[in-house]
Parts: sequence; C-alpha cells; structure tokens
Amino acid sequence: MGHIERDLKEYPVASVDKGTLVREFLSFLSIESVKHKTEDLTPFECDGLTAYPQIPLVAVLPENEEQICQIMKLCNQFRVPIVFRGAGTGLSGGAIPYDQGVLLVLSKLKRIVHIDPVGRSAIVQPGVRNAAISEATKKHNLYYAPDPSSQIACSIGGNVAENSGGVHCLKYGLTVNNILKVRFVTIEGDVVEIGSEGLDSPGYDLLALITGSEGLLGVVTEVTVKLLPTPEKAQVIMASFDDVEKAGLAVADIIAAGIIPAGLEMMDKKAINAVEQFIGAGYPMDAAAMLLCESDGSIEEVNSEIKKTTEVLYKAGATDVTVSTDDAHRLKLWAGRKSAFPAVGRVLPDYFCMDGTIPRRTLPRVLKRIAEMEKTFNLQCANVFHAGDGNLHPLIMFDANEGNQLHRAELYGAAILELCVEVGGTITGEHGVGIEKINQMCIQFDNHELQTFLNLKLAFDPEGRLNPGKAVPTLNRCAEFGHMHVHRGEERFPDIPRF
Amino acid sequence: MSSTETNIDQFKSLIAEAKQQSESVRIRGSGSKDFYGVSLEGVVVNTKDFSGITEYDPTELVLTARSGTPLSVIEDALRENNQMLAFEPPHMGSEATFGGCIASGLSGPRRASQGAVRDFVLGVRLLNADGLDLQFGGKVMKNVAGFDVSRLIAGSFGTLGLILESSIKVLPKPECERTIFFDLDNQSAISKMNELAGMPIPLSGTCFVRNRLAARLSGSEIAVKVAHQKIGGEAHDEKDFWHSIREQSHPFFQSEGCLYRLSVNPTALRSEYPNELIEWNGSTRWIWDEGTLDKHQEFASQHGGHATVFRGNQPGDSINKMSRELHLLQKKIKTAMDPHGVFGRKRLFTEF
Ligand SMILES: Cc1cc2nc3c(=O)[nH]c(=O)nc-3n(C[C@H](O)[C@H](O)[C@H](O)COP(=O)(O)OP(=O)(O)OC[C@H]3O[C@@H](n4cnc5c(N)ncnc54)[C@H](O)[C@@H]3O)c2cc1C
Repeated sequence: MGHIERDLKEYPVASVDKGTLVREFLSFLSIESVKHKTEDLTPFECDGLTAYPQIPLVAVLPENEEQICQIMKLCNQFRVPIVFRGAGTGLSGGAIPYDQGVLLVLSKLKRIVHIDPVGRSAIVQPGVRNAAISEATKKHNLYYAPDPSSQIACSIGGNVAENSGGVHCLKYGLTVNNILKVRFVTIEGDVVEIGSEGLDSPGYDLLALITGSEGLLGVVTEVTVKLLPTPEKAQVIMASFDDVEKAGLAVADIIAAGIIPAGLEMMDKKAINAVEQFIGAGYPMDAAAMLLCESDGSIEEVNSEIKKTTEVLYKAGATDVTVSTDDAHRLKLWAGRKSAFPAVGRVLPDYFCMDGTIPRRTLPRVLKRIAEMEKTFNLQCANVFHAGDGNLHPLIMFDANEGNQLHRAELYGAAILELCVEVGGTITGEHGVGIEKINQMCIQFDNHELQTFLNLKLAFDPEGRLNPGKAVPTLNRCAEFGHMHVHRGEERFPDIPRF
Repeated sequence: MSSTETNIDQFKSLIAEAKQQSESVRIRGSGSKDFYGVSLEGVVVNTKDFSGITEYDPTELVLTARSGTPLSVIEDALRENNQMLAFEPPHMGSEATFGGCIASGLSGPRRASQGAVRDFVLGVRLLNADGLDLQFGGKVMKNVAGFDVSRLIAGSFGTLGLILESSIKVLPKPECERTIFFDLDNQSAISKMNELAGMPIPLSGTCFVRNRLAARLSGSEIAVKVAHQKIGGEAHDEKDFWHSIREQSHPFFQSEGCLYRLSVNPTALRSEYPNELIEWNGSTRWIWDEGTLDKHQEFASQHGGHATVFRGNQPGDSINKMSRELHLLQKKIKTAMDPHGVFGRKRLFTEF
C-alpha cells in the first residue's frame, strides 16, 4: 500500500492481438468458456481488494486439466501474462488481472473427485469451495480443518495459493499442514504431482513451496486434502474485558496453563459494535474487548477444558464469561466473528483489511500505536485478531469517494504493516502479499533475500509470465520505493519515545 | 568479536573456499544422521560450536536456537516449562543437534497426529553459497510473506544452505499418556490403525511390530480415560517402547543390510506381508532387505507413495525414484538456491 500501482514495466509484455488470441482459445474451448467483451469481463475486474479494478484482455474458464495445459502453452507461446482466479475472495489483489493479460478462472473445476473415508482424505478440483469439502464428508464424521471466514465462497485452489488459515488453525494448522498432494500445471504446460498419499515424499518439499506461492509458480489443478474426525463435542466461551490489554494477557495465561484451544479470537470495541449492529450475535456492546475461546474433543474432555479455561479467564480479569449452551448458540457466536469484515464494511463503504502477525507479547504496544494512528490519518480502525497465533486484522474504514481518504487509508495500512515488522512480526499472516503489500516486502526482506525468492520464481517461470509484478517485488521496485529494510524485531529509532 | 560472529566468519570462509575450488561442503552437527543419503562428499563444516537457545518465551510457543545446540538441551529447556517438540525428533545419537534435526526433517511417532518438522518450522536464518546471511519466515506462528523457504529447508539435508538458526513452534506436554496394545496380524493392524485414526480420540501414535499393535493416547487425564474406554484393549506401561521406535533402538531395527522406508496410502494392503514395522497410522512401513528399491517402489507407486533406502545404501546409489518432471523441478530448486553446487553434493541425488 502507499502508491500502489500495477507495475508491469519490469516484465515486458508483447502486445498481442486480442482477436488472434480469442480465435486460438476458441479452437479448444467452448464459446461460454472464452470471455472477451467488456460487459462479460467486468465481474472479473477485482478480487476482495476492490480499490484497484482492472479488466483483463480475455478471461478463460476451462473445464478440465487438459484445457488448462493448452491455455498455458498458448499463453507461453504468445508471451502473454496469466493470472489465476479461484473465487476471487483474496484480500491482497492476487487475482487482479492485467489489461494485456489472460485471466484463467477455475470456477468450472468444482468436482469432488474422490472421498476416502477410511484413509481420511479427499481429492478435489481447485474450484471446489472450502466449505463444500466438509459438507461432503460430514456423513463420514470427517471434516477439512482450515476454515477461513470466507469458507462458504473461497476455493481450495485459492486456499493453497494463499496458505489460508482460519479460526481453528492454532490447534489444527494452516492449509500447508492439511494437504497431502497437489497436481499443478507449469507454464510450459506440463503436469507435475507433488506430495503423496502417504505423509511425505522424497526430495525437497515442493508442497510447502507451492502452498502460499500466490499463483506465481504454476496453476493448481487438483488437491488431496487430509480429513480429520469430527470432534464429539465443541463448545465456545465468550469472555468480556473492560480493557484490551487484559484480554491480550488472558490469551497468554490460557497458553501458559497448557491449553491449546481449538479457536482463540479477539475483537475490540469497534469490531464488537459493528458485528452486533450487523447480525446481533449477542456480543457485549459495553466491553472494551472480547475473546472467543473454543474447546473441542470428547464430551468429558470439553467439559473439563471449559472449566479450566473459565477459571483462567476470570483470574485474568474477565468481567463476564458466557459458555455456549448448545450448538446453535455456539454457531451464532462464531457467526458474529466470521461476519466481522462485512459488518465493518457496513459502517463505511470501504475498508482495508490488514493482516500482520506479531509476537503476542507485543500486542498491547501494537494496539496502542494503531489507535494513535487513527488520529494521525484521521480514519477509524476496528481490530479483529486471531489471538492464539498473533495474527492481527486491523480493518481501516474509509470512503474512497471522499477527498483523499483512499490515499490516507493506504498510508495508514502501510504504517501498520511496518509496525508489525518492527516488533518482530510479518506483513502478512494469511492473506498474502499480492499487489497490496508488495512495497512492504522491501521492508521485511533485504535485497539478497528477495533475490532468493526471485531465483525460485525463475526456476518455475523463467520469463515471469505467471502473476508478474505481484507477491515478490523486483529489486528495482524496492529501490524506487526507497524505504529502508527494517531489521526484524528492532525498532528503527528505539530511543525516540512513541506517542 | 563475539564467538558466534567468529563462528559465522569461519563458516563463510569455508564456504567461500569450497566455492572457489569447486568443492562441496558437508555440513555436520554430530554426524548422527551420517548413515542417510546417496553419499557423503566434501569438506566437513562442523556446526557444533555454534550453539545456544537464543529466544524462548513459553507463552509465545516459539523457540529459536542455533544449529549446533544439542537437541537434548532444547528438550530439557522445554521440559522445564512443560512443553515439547511435538514432532518427537529422532536423535539417533546422544549428541544430535538442532540444526541436524531441522535439516534431516525426520519426525517421530507423533508425526501422524501432530505433524512433521516441516509443520513446526517457523523461520530459518541461512548462509547461502555466497556467504550471505539470510532470514526467511520468522518467529511468529503465521507468515505468508514470500515463498516458504523455511519449510523447503526442512529435510534438505544441508544441500540448500547452511542453517545458522531456526525458530520452531512448540506445544504443551500432554497431561497424561497411555499406551494400549492389541494382538493382531499385519492386515488387521492396518485396518485397526485407520479405524482408530478416524475416531475423535486423542491418538498420538500407532506402531505395529511383531504381531502387536501399540496405540498411544495423549491428553488430559479424562480425555485419555474416556478414549481408552471407547477403544478397549490392554494398557501396559512399556516406558521405553515409543523411545525405541523413535530412536530405532527397538530389536526390529537391530539388523544388517538395507532398511527400506515406504511412505504410502495408510490403507495400502498386500497379498503377502513381509516382516515389517508399520507406523503413522499405516502410512509408513519399514522393511529390512527383502527385495530391491525398484520392487518396493513398485508397491509404493501402486499406493500413491514412495520407497526410500533409509539405511545401508550402497554409496553412490540412488535412495529413491521419482518422476522425470518432479526430478527436473528438484534440480531447478537446487540450482536456484545453490547454483554452484557448494552444499552437500550428492547427499540426496546421484547427480547433484
Ligand atoms: C470476508 C472475507 C473473509 C476472509 N477470511 C479469511 C480468513 O479467515 N483466513 C484467510 O486465510 N483468508 C481469508 N480471506 C481471504 C481469502 O478468502 C483467501 O485468501 C482465499 O484462500 C482466497 O481464495 P479464492 O478462491 O477466492 O482465491 P482468489 O481470490 O481467486 O485468488 C487468490 C490468489 O490465489 C491464486 N489462485 C487462485 N486459484 C489458484 C489455482 N488453482 N492455482 C494457482 N493459483 C491460484 C490467484 O492468482 C491469487 O493470487 C477472507 C476474505 C474475505 C473476503
């Protein structure tokens, strides 16, 4: 953020004749699978980051892997940049197209290919919705653990590309910890299988490299996910605090007591109020902060953990503790948290969702500085927080049609990201870099580290055709951006008091 | 200059020298995993003196340590805080180091339920072939900035760079642990493992050896008790059992020849069973000798997996097989990270 522009000048694009390209595509794709008229392309102009719309030259919606191979070969031959798109819920602009590029949309590949209830895995196509997997495996008492709040819409291919997390990832891990195998197609149009049906495979861990690679290395065409047995019982505690810092310390107390909750989320007053007005989840409007803390397991286990956690919470200064009475109540409490982004979107027309992760102990300091920055940039910010794993989602609210609010919001976002790096954290915990945080990559990494990323990118995509200009900045871009690389965990001017 | 800086300077000059002479460096902690790989080549660079836990805050669930730190020192520090390395790394020698643990990527009995080394690595600090000091990942639980180089390094056996320091996620130790034994043959043991793994119980390890299936439950007192009631079977307190599996000190592993490790679909069955030890809910099978790598790979391929020669490889021979496309990509990764082939030449692959 801060002067984001799509930057392709480092990636010379052969200007290609749209007509020729469309004709070539139509030689192996159906008419409905090739979109080239402006009105057909507008639905693809942005993802969840709405501030920078752009329609692609052509969008293609293949129906199978073979067509994907052909598309890749063709784009490679015509030297056209390609952007992949799953469900378009990404929040960092990863799926935003190029005006001179092809958008490869995976929405037609939405088949669950195979479920193995005994071996506890499922093979799915990339366009399958995250939630559809657990819905389909429910009858076997199995589920797919990573549950991003966007799970009813986002695709598993997008999840792999972003290494998405969810509210249960402290205990159950991120996408990378829950997939066994991936098929992907390279820019040359070759199919490669990585991972295995076992728990590991020889050589370098390419599965880890592909996960979170933001569409820069290849297109994911099939994913084998791990399934877990559905816990017998789950129950959630909602705890209110009259002070944000106390809530933050309570999180550390829970961990110190040896408890790893299935989910551990925090919201500040602004987020609570926005959610409560949006869907009425029964949240405490007068609290300064609240925690949602879930236990799952056998009935007896949950009962004992809920008791233990409740004690810890009261000791940590909770003013009120509510335990979900049944599953409907539990889901209602979670529904509030899961709708936090759209709820905040109701307060003002636009919001930027930041995604830094910090060492949890720095939370009070970080929240204080984020609050102070509200004054600096004259904008409001609500905070939602995957508290268990230190992943912050400050939601900067603005109205892009009002004066220079968009620009101020960009600067505010940039300042928050830089703060996360300063305290020893990272600019993105789960939403990815995309175009949104491309400049902040220059702050988190030095040139040699970035060069390592670029070398890996070149190993897969020697001419930089896949999602060029995103996720990993070129060294030139960083030189132009001009901000200094901040050494992790060292504040830039530690002696200057912070106000 | 502090001694750690001296250490780093020494590493840098050894790497520079090797690079200049087109030699390879072989990074070594205590040598406890020297048995593994295609061959051992190059000038030994020893990390043992580069030691120490640099950061550990139990409530953050993160520990950072230098590569030469003895694994036992790390485990002691964690134990004092009632925490553990959840992937139960095999030491395979009393002086095993933390760096070796990350670089070998080997995990113990808890792997199937909790994850492997690569699932817990959060960040690494690395010296590359140009002697540049690089950091990837971090000390926080979630981080998707840039490609996941830290996990790529886990299990790379010193072939992509010299790990100076790593940060890993740690977990609380379970309050209670109980091991239950069932008398079964291979086939019924495989079915039982899958059945148990599909139940909502705190299963933390399964191992079948010599017609006995061991299943470990870990968690709160009550969770373990209830789960035991559910699955039945006899509980025995065989204290060293899991340790002997993790460390391969169990009598099954006391043999000569080639030890194959098959990583396959957990439900894979055979018509005739070899003398094998089965772990990780059915997905890992250990077999002594009996046949060739090709033959084991054939079975593994039919069941979505791979065979590896774990011990007793003929130096210079390949320890596994992979598809042409995959092999090509592996080579490209190696070239991207270590273009001159300075690190661990031929440790993992026969040609590079
Ligand atoms: C309301 C809301 C809540 C959210 N909550 C969470 C959350 O809790 N946790 C979280 O982690 N994220 C969250 N997100 C972000 C987003 O949903 C995830 O990043 C998700 O994984 C994106 O999936 P998608 O299918 O929409 O991908 P897209 O937005 O279509 O694409 C995302 C990136 O993946 C690439 N890509 C997509 N498919 C493929 C493929 N098959 N092969 C290769 N590359 C591909 C694209 O090029 C792009 O770079 C949220 C978003 C919204 C709008």
